[in-house]
Formats: sequence, structure tokens, C-alpha cells
Amino acid sequence: MHRFANPARFLRLSAMLLPWSAGATVILLIVGLYLSLFGSPPDYQQGDTVRIMYIHVPAAWMSLFVYTNMAAAAAAGLVWKHPLADLFAKAAAPIGAGFTFVCLVTGSLWGAPMWGTWWVWDARLTSVLILFFLYLGYMALVNAFDDPQRGTRAGNVLLLVGIVNVPIIKFSVDWWNTLHQPASVVKMGGPSIDPSMLVPLLVMAAGFTTYFVSVVLLRVRTEIAQRKIQTLRLGAAADGAAHGAPGVTS
Amino acid sequence: MTDFLAMGGYAAYVWPAYAIAALVLLGLLAATWKGLRDSEATLKALESARPVRRRVRQQAESTRAETKPDNAAGSPAGASEG
Repeated sequence: MHRFANPARFLRLSAMLLPWSAGATVILLIVGLYLSLFGSPPDYQQGDTVRIMYIHVPAAWMSLFVYTNMAAAAAAGLVWKHPLADLFAKAAAPIGAGFTFVCLVTGSLWGAPMWGTWWVWDARLTSVLILFFLYLGYMALVNAFDDPQRGTRAGNVLLLVGIVNVPIIKFSVDWWNTLHQPASVVKMGGPSIDPSMLVPLLVMAAGFTTYFVSVVLLRVRTEIAQRKIQTLRLGAAADGAAHGAPGVTS
Repeated sequence: MTDFLAMGGYAAYVWPAYAIAALVLLGLLAATWKGLRDSEATLKALESARPVRRRVRQQAESTRAETKPDNAAGSPAGASEG
């Protein structure tokens, strides 16, 4: 049972953290939505379509942030066989895929009026689409094995291989010609965006981050419960047979 | 108000963007919440069925330990109980 020692501590910590992250999410998203829709000016070139940015850009940041965290967890899971690391990556994947989907769709809705096209096969858009498929591929792979250990190991390898896509996405707007505008917040020399637009952007990004923390805590709790269920079921199945059988899964 | 809803003529692009974000985030939250409730209910049901079986096994262990004392220390079942 030693492998439940860490999850037990995690369950205590997550129970303490969850009310705070959930409360922060509600407040940040209410303030962020107010600032995005009422409290910020329309862009002098793009008019009110600039308000799509307050969803699109934080979602894009989250898609990279979540993937990077999953890849770090995958490394920890492979190197130290940390059971929580595997569970974290598995729990975070649907959230990351969700953010990537939001990023792609809102980008399309922004591109249609401003670029005159819903989609172009340029480096930025294509690499983000690949990121979306990496999320989906990971989710399919971890669930493709009867033995969850084998599934997470295969998934962890995929996550580590796919990490090469993250810097490609970040620098794609500098390396290749594209319709997509270059970075205006995370760049050398500081943000070049006006505070009246930067503040709502950062508030929305903070709200998305606390949303991710809250939902991933719930999902890791679900994964821990699922592992316990599996252990109990295998134990029940092996009851009366060899005594060592429940330990085989560990 | 109608001015605000019109979004400077871009209502057809701005509002769907916000709607899709809300739909995805709330949908994920709902699915996560349901998944957690379901698995915790299943776990509870399994665990409430479990103590009986454990007690039976422990009784079996102790009777075996009485008959074969030198086997008791290295019993794999004893290790998995901890």
C-alpha cells in the first residue's frame, strides 16, 4: 500500500487548495470578462474583434503551459516512477486539449473578419493544430492498453517526443512568414500592448490558470479513485487464487 | 445595449468566440465533476464490500501461521496488507 502514501498526502493538500483555486477562478473570470467586454477600448484597426484576443491568447498560453507541465510530469513519471506524475498527465490532457480547441476556434473566428480567411496552412496555425492532435493522440494512447501502467508509459514517451513542438509554436511567428501577428506580450523589451488591453488579458490568463488548477485537482482525485477501484477489483478477482496477485499491478 | 451586442458589426465573430470558450470550460468542469462523483461512489461500494473479505483472509492467514510458524514472516499476503 506504500504507493497510496503519496496520493493520501495529495488528497489532503488538494482538499485544502481547491476552495481557494475555485474561488479565485470565479472572481478572476468575472472581473476578466467585465474588463474584456466593457472595460477595454476597441482596437483602432481591428475594432471590437480585438475582444476575441482576451479568450484566444490566454487559451493559446494555456495550451502550451498545460502541455509543458504534462511533459515535465511524464519525465518525472519515467525517471522516478512517481505514481502521481502519471496521474497528473492523464488528468491534465483533456483540459489542455480543450484549451487548444478554444484557441483554434477563436483564432478562426478572429481570422475570418481580420485576415479574410478562416484558416491558412502557415507555421503557427499548423503547429498548434499538431499540438491539438498530440493531446488527442496521448489520450487515445493511454487508454489503449488493458494495463494502465503500459498505457501511461507509452503516453509519457509521446509527451516527451512532442515537446519539440512547443518552441516551434512559440517561435513560428519569427521563423517563418505568416499572417499571424508576432508576440506582443512575452517578448524581449517588455510588452508592446497598451495597459488597457494588457490588464484584461492578464486577468483572463490568471483565471484560466486557476481554472486549470481546480479542474486538474478534481481529475487527479478521480484518477486516484480509479486506480484504487482497479486494485480492489484485481484483488477481489485474485481472492482465493495466488496471494501475490494484487501486487502484480504495482 | 444594442450597440454593445452589435460589437461594432462583429457580433457574429465575437459572441461565438466567448460562447465556445464558455461551453468548453463549463462542459469539462461538468464532465470532471460527474466522473469524480461516479468513481467515488464505485470506490465506496467496493470498499464497503472489502472488510469482510479481508477479515476472512486474515483468519485464513492466522490459522496457517499456527500450523506452519516458519512460513508466517515471509508471507506475501501479509506484505500486501500493509
